Amino acid sequence: MSSVTLFGLLAALLVGLGLYGLIVHPHPLRKILSFNLLGGGVFLLLGVVARRGAGAGLAGDPVPQALVITGLVVAFAGTALAVMLLLRLFQESGTASLRADALAGKDAKKVDR
Amino acid sequence: MSWAFTFDVALTALVLGVAIWTLSLRENFGAVVAFAVYGLTLTLVWLRLGAPDVALTEAAIGSGLTGALLLAAAARLRSTEAAIAAESPGGGVRVAAAVLSAIVAGGIVLAVLALPVPAPSLAPNAVADLAATGLGNAVTGVLMAYRAADTLLEKVVVLIAVIAVWSLADSRVWGGRPGPAHRAEPDGALAFLARRLPPLGIVAGVYIAWVGADMPGGAFPGGTIIAAMWLLTIMAGVKDTPPISSRGLRLALTVGPAVFLAVGLCGFFIADAFLAYPVAYAKPLIVLVEVGMVLTIAVSLGLLMAGPPERSGK
Repeated sequence: MSSVTLFGLLAALLVGLGLYGLIVHPHPLRKILSFNLLGGGVFLLLGVVARRGAGAGLAGDPVPQALVITGLVVAFAGTALAVMLLLRLFQESGTASLRADALAGKDAKKVDR
Repeated sequence: MSWAFTFDVALTALVLGVAIWTLSLRENFGAVVAFAVYGLTLTLVWLRLGAPDVALTEAAIGSGLTGALLLAAAARLRSTEAAIAAESPGGGVRVAAAVLSAIVAGGIVLAVLALPVPAPSLAPNAVADLAATGLGNAVTGVLMAYRAADTLLEKVVVLIAVIAVWSLADSRVWGGRPGPAHRAEPDGALAFLARRLPPLGIVAGVYIAWVGADMPGGAFPGGTIIAAMWLLTIMAGVKDTPPISSRGLRLALTVGPAVFLAVGLCGFFIADAFLAYPVAYAKPLIVLVEVGMVLTIAVSLGLLMAGPPERSGK
């Protein structure tokens, strides 16, 4: 097996791990983090495609490499927006839970008192 | 088995180990630190894949900025962790998630093993016309010339993200300063660093952006380093964040896409197509676009990190 295939398999496993974390971690911050971990695997897949396309004196096909650079910046912008939404949710409700009853339950407690 | 392949096997094991470590830690803070380490190990993989431009961007944005953003959020959300930990799904959901993830990963494994031989490549085409752009780095050639439309749209996406973050502000503080006020000891180590490092860091950022034309580098990692210097002065309390109603700030935010768009529209008249450059002026036009882009990238990444306005600007 070549190094490029090895990194391709790594990319597949990272996508799987990220997806698992995205589903099972209840904290939204951990979901955002898992999603970024998954994204790292997707970008790596493009890196493998680029490396396989090496030629004309280049170590890799520059087109997928440029796509990854663009993707990294957009992924950061999306992550920043998600984190700020989460912080705003915490500011408004005092919880970061995504469960529908978390907010309702909190209000109910206030009424009880 | 060659030494290079042995190294790649060890590197793969390291990345996998760090990824599992990131997911298995209980506390958010530790998990975010592990994630930053994960980004740095990926940087090594990018170098092994012959993509130094991507490695620089991954280290600066994927690991550095994203890590810092999540770290700050983890600190602010620390009080929520205990309650949410109780919402962890049961064994059935975990098994189902593991099965689903294994199926997805397995499908990608099959796709990787079935990649066509010989691999399709645009590398010869990218190199063939590179001389006409005046650039020596093929990746920069793709970003600034062949696929300039992607790069222009990406600038707009980042700008929209900044506006979306701002729109989360309480209407009473609209136009105010983003983020909390940072106070650091005026004679402390952080304030000292925030006064001494930025002159060097800004030169390094401009250098990396400039050499991107011919060597690994470019506007993205260069702009990120400048953004990091700006954030350092903010966190040390040396300089407060500007109010978002500031005209200079808004100009810096829009100059990159505006210059890019103007040069693109000029392409209709001087080179027969949108975002086309006439061969004689390709390099100067690309440099002009890049200068605006570096400024906009630095300012918009810094503002995405700072968050929505929280205090009145006065």
